[in-house]
Amino acid sequence: MTQQPTNSAARAGGVAAPPPTGPVRLTINGQQHTLQLAPWTTLLDALREYLHLTGTKKGCDHGQCGACTVLVDGKRINSCLTLAVMHEDEDITTIEGLGTPETLHPLQQAFVDHDAFQCGYCTPGQICSAQGLLNEGRAHTEAEIREHMSGNVCRCGAYVGILNAVKEVVDRKSSEHRS
Amino acid sequence: MSTTNHIGKPTSRVDGPAKVTGTARYAAEYAVPDLTYGWVISSPIAKGKITKIHADEVLALPGVLQVFSHENVPSLAWFDRSYKDQVAPGGSPFRPLHDNEIKFSQQPVALVVAENFELARYAASLLRIEYEQEKHETSLETKREDGFEPGRGKTGYMPPPPPRGNPDKAWEEAPHRMEAEYVHGAQHHNPMELFATTAEWRGEGKITAYDKTQGVYNVQQYLTKIFGLKKDDCRVVNEYMGGGFGSGLRPQYSVFLAVMAALELKRSVRLTLTRQQMFSFGHRPHTLQYLKLATNADGTLAALQHHALHETSRFEDYTENVVNWSGMLYQCDNVKLGYQLAKLDVYTPLDMRAPGAATGSIGLEIAMDEMAYEAGLDPLEFRLRNYAERDQNQDKPFSSKKLRECYHQGAAKFGWDKRTQAPGSMRDKDGKLIGWGIGGGVWDATQQKSAAKASITADGHLTVSSAAGENGTGTYTIMTQIAAETLGLPIEAVTFKLGDTDLPEAPLQGGSWTAASVGTAVKNTCEALGEKLLKLAQKLDDSPLKGAKLEDVEFVNGQIRLRSDASQAVVLRDVLQASGETKVEADSSAMPNMLKQQQYSLHSHNIVFAEVKVDEELGTVHVTRVVNAVAAGRILNLKTARSQVLGSVVWGISMALMEETVMDHKFGRYMNHNYAEYHVPVNADIHDIDVLFVEEEDDIVNPLGVKGIGEVGMLGVAAAITNAVFHATGKRVRDLPVMIDKLL
Ligand code: FES
Ligand code: FES
Repeated sequence: MTQQPTNSAARAGGVAAPPPTGPVRLTINGQQHTLQLAPWTTLLDALREYLHLTGTKKGCDHGQCGACTVLVDGKRINSCLTLAVMHEDEDITTIEGLGTPETLHPLQQAFVDHDAFQCGYCTPGQICSAQGLLNEGRAHTEAEIREHMSGNVCRCGAYVGILNAVKEVVDRKSSEHRS
Repeated sequence: MSTTNHIGKPTSRVDGPAKVTGTARYAAEYAVPDLTYGWVISSPIAKGKITKIHADEVLALPGVLQVFSHENVPSLAWFDRSYKDQVAPGGSPFRPLHDNEIKFSQQPVALVVAENFELARYAASLLRIEYEQEKHETSLETKREDGFEPGRGKTGYMPPPPPRGNPDKAWEEAPHRMEAEYVHGAQHHNPMELFATTAEWRGEGKITAYDKTQGVYNVQQYLTKIFGLKKDDCRVVNEYMGGGFGSGLRPQYSVFLAVMAALELKRSVRLTLTRQQMFSFGHRPHTLQYLKLATNADGTLAALQHHALHETSRFEDYTENVVNWSGMLYQCDNVKLGYQLAKLDVYTPLDMRAPGAATGSIGLEIAMDEMAYEAGLDPLEFRLRNYAERDQNQDKPFSSKKLRECYHQGAAKFGWDKRTQAPGSMRDKDGKLIGWGIGGGVWDATQQKSAAKASITADGHLTVSSAAGENGTGTYTIMTQIAAETLGLPIEAVTFKLGDTDLPEAPLQGGSWTAASVGTAVKNTCEALGEKLLKLAQKLDDSPLKGAKLEDVEFVNGQIRLRSDASQAVVLRDVLQASGETKVEADSSAMPNMLKQQQYSLHSHNIVFAEVKVDEELGTVHVTRVVNAVAAGRILNLKTARSQVLGSVVWGISMALMEETVMDHKFGRYMNHNYAEYHVPVNADIHDIDVLFVEEEDDIVNPLGVKGIGEVGMLGVAAAITNAVFHATGKRVRDLPVMIDKLL
C-alpha cells in the first residue's frame, strides 16, 4: 500500500507552496504585538512558538482537552481551534496576564491553597477556564461548577481540588456582591 | 536532629506559584535560538516493509531541511546493549529508523525537519511512502495457547513463587468454591503533556536535550551510548514533567529523533508528538486473568490460584508482577500462581501506574468478592478472617503492616456497617440502586541508590540538589521540607533543584521510591553539611558548642544549639560570616540497608470503599463516594500525599468505568487514539473522595520511615467499584471497563 499524503494538494499530484506570511496584530495581556505569520498558524502556536508565552499548553491540538484555554474578550476558548489571524483587534488574556508568582490572581492563589493540580500541565487552562466561568456568572452550586469545568481534562485527577478552589472564589464573589 | 517539624505538614507546593502562573517550563518550552521543528510520520500498517519513500517531492519545498528515514539515518551503535535503557525488558529494543521493517502500527518511519512548525507539519502531510504489507497478529484472544514464561530480563520483575501446599486437591475438597476469568484491554498513560524534546545544538557536537522523561540519567546514558557522545557533551534536563505515570520511564523515540536530527543538521530541533502518537510507545497490556478460590466452612481460604496472560511485542518480553501479590495479601496455605506472555505485532507494553498490581488487584479483589458471596460472608469480614500476619511468598514478617487498621478506620468512615448484603437491596431516595463494594492491594516499599548535594551561602540560604524528577508527585516540596527539617531552616530559606544531569544522580522517578530514595540522600547530605557547620561553629571565639558532638546539638530556627541547654546557641548566619567562606558544601548519597531490610517483607497496603448509584433504566453508573484508607509508612506532606491518592482514585474510577484502547484487528491499529474517544474522567464524573492515612511507624524500610504513595492508592479502586456495581445490580461484570451495554 502507499501512505497517501493527508494533504489534498499533494493527492492531486502537485505540491503546493506553503502560504505566504503577513503581519498580524495581536493584543495579548494588554500588550500589542505584530507578528509575521502565515494564515494557518493557530492562536495557540502563535502564543507558544512565536511569542514564547508558553503558559498556554498544548495537550491535544484538537479541542479535546482544554489545556490551551485562553480568554478572548473575556470569553474562554480553545486556542488550538482558532487561527491567530482571526483575532486582530480583540483582547486576548493568557495565564501570564492573570498574575505573576509574586502577585497571584485570586484563582491562582486558590489553586495553590487547595492543591488543585499535580503536574501543573492542565492548570493554566483550568484557571483561564475558571475565570471564563466567573465572567459567565452562571456557576453557583458544586454540581454546576463541576459541569461547567468539564471541558478541561486533568489526567492527574486533581478534580476535587479544582472544584474546591473554584468554589472558594465563586463564593467570595457572590458574598462581595451581596455586601 | 531538629524540632521545627516541616515533615508531615500540609505545606503548599513550593513550585505551586510557578505552575499556576505558567512560568514552570516543560520540555517543549525552552526558547533556544535558531530553532527548527520536527514532525514524525507514523506507519499506517502493523507489519511489513517500507518499499519507497518519496522524499524528493517534500525536500523541494523551501524551508524543508531534511527528511530522515532508514535510507539516510547516520551510522549508529550496532549492538542491542547500546539501546538498552535502565528498565528495558529482555529482548532486543526497538531502534527508530533502523531499517525498512515495520513491527507495529504507528511505528515512526520518518522525520521531517523544517524551519518552522507549520511547515514541518505541512511537509509531513505531503510525504508519500510505499509499503509491502504482511499479515499481522494483534489479538490476545487467539494466543491463549501460545503463552510462555518469561525470563528475568527486566529490573524489578519477580517470577511468581513456586506453588505451596496442594492447591488442586484443596480446591476440590472445599465446601465453597469459585472460578472465573477477568479481562481488561490495553490502556495508555496519556499524560496531559505531549512527549517532546527540545534538542539544543551547542556547537562542536554538544547537545542539551530538554526532554520529557522520568529519568534524565537514563536518557543521557541511552543517548551517549547510541550516538557515541561524551557525557559532558550530552546534558539532559527536565525541570517539570506534565504527568508521567510510567510513560517516561524509558527514553522514547522522540528524544532519539530530535537529538539525531540536531547532530546531523547542526541546528537545534524541537519535536513534539501528537496526541495520536502518544498511543505508539507503550501501554498497560491487555491481560487475561484466571482465578480459582476455595473457602473452608469457617470462612478461611482453602485454596487460591491466580494465572495471568498478557501481550508483549515480538521483540521484547515486557514483564510486570501481576499475580505475586495474591500469594501475600491473604493467609492461604494452598497457592498456585502462574504468569505468561504472548507475542503480538504491537509495541512493547510499558509500566503504567501500579504496573502489575493494578491489574492483579482487579482479578484477586473481584474474585474475593465472588468468594465472599459464595461463602455467605460480608466481604470485609471475609478479608478479616484471612488476614495475613506474615508474607507467605517470602516467609518473612512484614516490617510493618497496618492494613487491619485501614479496614476498621475505613469502614467506620464509610459507614460500612449499614450495608445489607443482598444485591439490589439498597436504594436512594430517588429510587436509584445503591451498591457498596470494597477492594484493596499491596505494593512494594523500595529504596534505590541516590546522591545529593547541599550548599549553604553566607546569607543562610540552602540549596539542595539531586537529579530526581517532578511529574506532579511533589518532589520539589517534600525534598525542601526534608532539607529544612534537617537543618532547622524555614521553607523559604531552602531551594531544591532537580531534573538535570549536571546534578548528582538519582534513580528513575517511578515505583513509588523517590521519597524513600532521594529523600534519604537529601537527609544524609544535609546532616553531612550540618556536621561541617558545627565544626565551623566551634571555631568561633567563646563558642558555647566547643567539644559538642553532632548528636549533642540540634538545628532549630536558623541556630545550632545544645540539646541539653537551648540557651547555648549560635546563629548559623554568624557562623557562616565569621568563617569567611562564601559557601559551605557537602555531598552524600544513600543506599538501602540490605542487611536490615532483607529479613523483612517491605510493603504498603490499602483498602477502598466505594459507593455507586445505578440508574436501572439507563444503565448509567456514578461513583458517588469513595473512602481510600492507606497504610504507607510516614507521610511527608499531607497535602501533596492526599492529592496523589485522590488522583489514584480518579485513575481507578477511569479503569473501572471508562478507559480502554480498542484495537481494530483488521488493521492491527488502535481505533480510539485521541483524547475525545479515549475516555478519562472529567470534573463532572468525580464526587466525594475521602483519603485516610493510617498511622504506621517503620524504622526498617528507610531512615525516613516512608513507603511511597504513588501507586498504592490506585490498588483495589477498580475492583471496589465493580464489586459495588454487583452489589447494586446483581450483575457480575468481569471485563473492564464496566460500560452501559454490560449492564442492560
Ligand atoms: S490543546 Fe486545545 S483543546 Fe487540547
Ligand atoms: S495537574 Fe496534571 S493534568 Fe492536571
